[in-house]
Amino acid sequence: MDKIYSLVMGMPVARAGTLVFCILLFSSVIVRFGSRLAPQVDWQELKLRVRSWWFMAFFFFLAVTLSRSITIIFFALTSFWVLKEYVTILDTRRADHRALFWAFLVIPIQYYWVATNWYIMFLIFIPVYAFLFIPLRLVLVQETAGFLSSVAKIQWGLMAFVFGFSHMAYLSTMPSIAGTSAGGSTLLLFLVIVTEMNDVFQFLWGKLIGRHKIFPIVSPKKTMEGFWGGVLTTTVASLALRFLTPFGVVETMFFAFCIAIAGFFGDVVMSAVKRDAGVKDFSNAIPGHGGALDRVDSLCYTAPLFFHMTAYFYY
Amino acid sequence: MSSLLQIIFFALLVRPLLAFFIGVRVRGLKELPRQHPFIIVANHTSHLDAVALLNLFPLKDLARIRPVAAADYFHRNAMVAWFSHCFFNILPIERQHISREHNPLPVLREALMRGESLIIFPEGTRSVSGDLGAFHSGIAHMIQEFPQIPVIPVFMSNMGRALPKGEFILLPFICEVNIGTPVFVQGSKEDILNALRDAFLKLRGESSWSR
Repeated sequence: MDKIYSLVMGMPVARAGTLVFCILLFSSVIVRFGSRLAPQVDWQELKLRVRSWWFMAFFFFLAVTLSRSITIIFFALTSFWVLKEYVTILDTRRADHRALFWAFLVIPIQYYWVATNWYIMFLIFIPVYAFLFIPLRLVLVQETAGFLSSVAKIQWGLMAFVFGFSHMAYLSTMPSIAGTSAGGSTLLLFLVIVTEMNDVFQFLWGKLIGRHKIFPIVSPKKTMEGFWGGVLTTTVASLALRFLTPFGVVETMFFAFCIAIAGFFGDVVMSAVKRDAGVKDFSNAIPGHGGALDRVDSLCYTAPLFFHMTAYFYY
Repeated sequence: MSSLLQIIFFALLVRPLLAFFIGVRVRGLKELPRQHPFIIVANHTSHLDAVALLNLFPLKDLARIRPVAAADYFHRNAMVAWFSHCFFNILPIERQHISREHNPLPVLREALMRGESLIIFPEGTRSVSGDLGAFHSGIAHMIQEFPQIPVIPVFMSNMGRALPKGEFILLPFICEVNIGTPVFVQGSKEDILNALRDAFLKLRGESSWSR
């Protein structure tokens, strides 16, 4: 028993997996018996949410632990699915068809730069080449009504769901940091767990004590109490994940604080996208959560930010 | 032989493509009759429509389901004709120069009498705007003649965005197939067409997207 314990604690990924497993088990027990404690709460939705969390956590850990190429393919497929949800809810024109085709083709190319570790190309391919090419392709159709709006829609989709997400894949390929057990894949775990934890804490605090709406027009369910409760809880709770990082105590809290703020705004920005398109959820792919994009929207903001902050300080 | 090719084509290519690449969502699958023949009436915006409708059924049923298709379009050359017969099992009808001798209705009638089910797009062509066009009256004739055959209205959305008319590159838009309750209606041709149209508009109202 002691041997297993020290073996798990000695491997950061296994330790994080055990931690997440315990939290999920705890949540499952709560939603299972919650209706007896507080019958006025809608437990059905929470039950669905927790069940979906089990699947998402399982596949995410599988993708991160199996091999580097599987991690990269996993994030490429996530980009694909999420970009698909995004273009589906948009009011695209018939004239956008071919430009959208190239936008989807950007996904394998961008993740190829990740797989080959071509850092500069990974950084500039979308903001330089893709962003210059998309308007060019749209012009070939010679449909000027709505041209700029189409350019913006496609470019924002590439920026958030391909460029942003590919930072998680690139993070997983980063080498281990000398003198610590932390490296690319443990930093990726830290980023994703803290981001999702922040989503959950904001949701829970908002449900428990939320009163003052923060962005009533964009996202009516978000409250001041949910926001600050989430940010503070995330900042403190991140210390339990410090073993995944090379950070000291204060640095861990600082990084978690930045992730919490960025995650919140990622969520709000995607809410605005949904409002503009006139839908509530991006799709119904994940029971209880809505679309895949409804679950990972915060990562569009946290992933590039966390990547570049750690790259600046530690690589 | 060709039905075996069709089964292989659907099992290996169409199924995975529609499920994972496009992500077609189906609502109301339990409305589909277990017994042939029946008539599926659907809106038409894309070549994907017939593919997605055929894909609703078990592979062994494919040989019994005939998408009714314009002969002038699908018989335009030998290649297209072979492809659409072999993989989609189309039932070609005339839509131009219709006369007493050149009448599409007997073709439909004979297929139903053989126990084959039909997929009919009553708009007669693919809509470019995504709006529902006027219905042709052929479907009303069939309903008058075979009142006991169930007619199932199906509204599909986003197919015309994934593969629009005049385009050969397929894009991944999430599509929806909304299957309505079988319509049994009798009366004049206008009554029947209006009832079908109402069924479509109701299904469109329940869909996530309206085009």
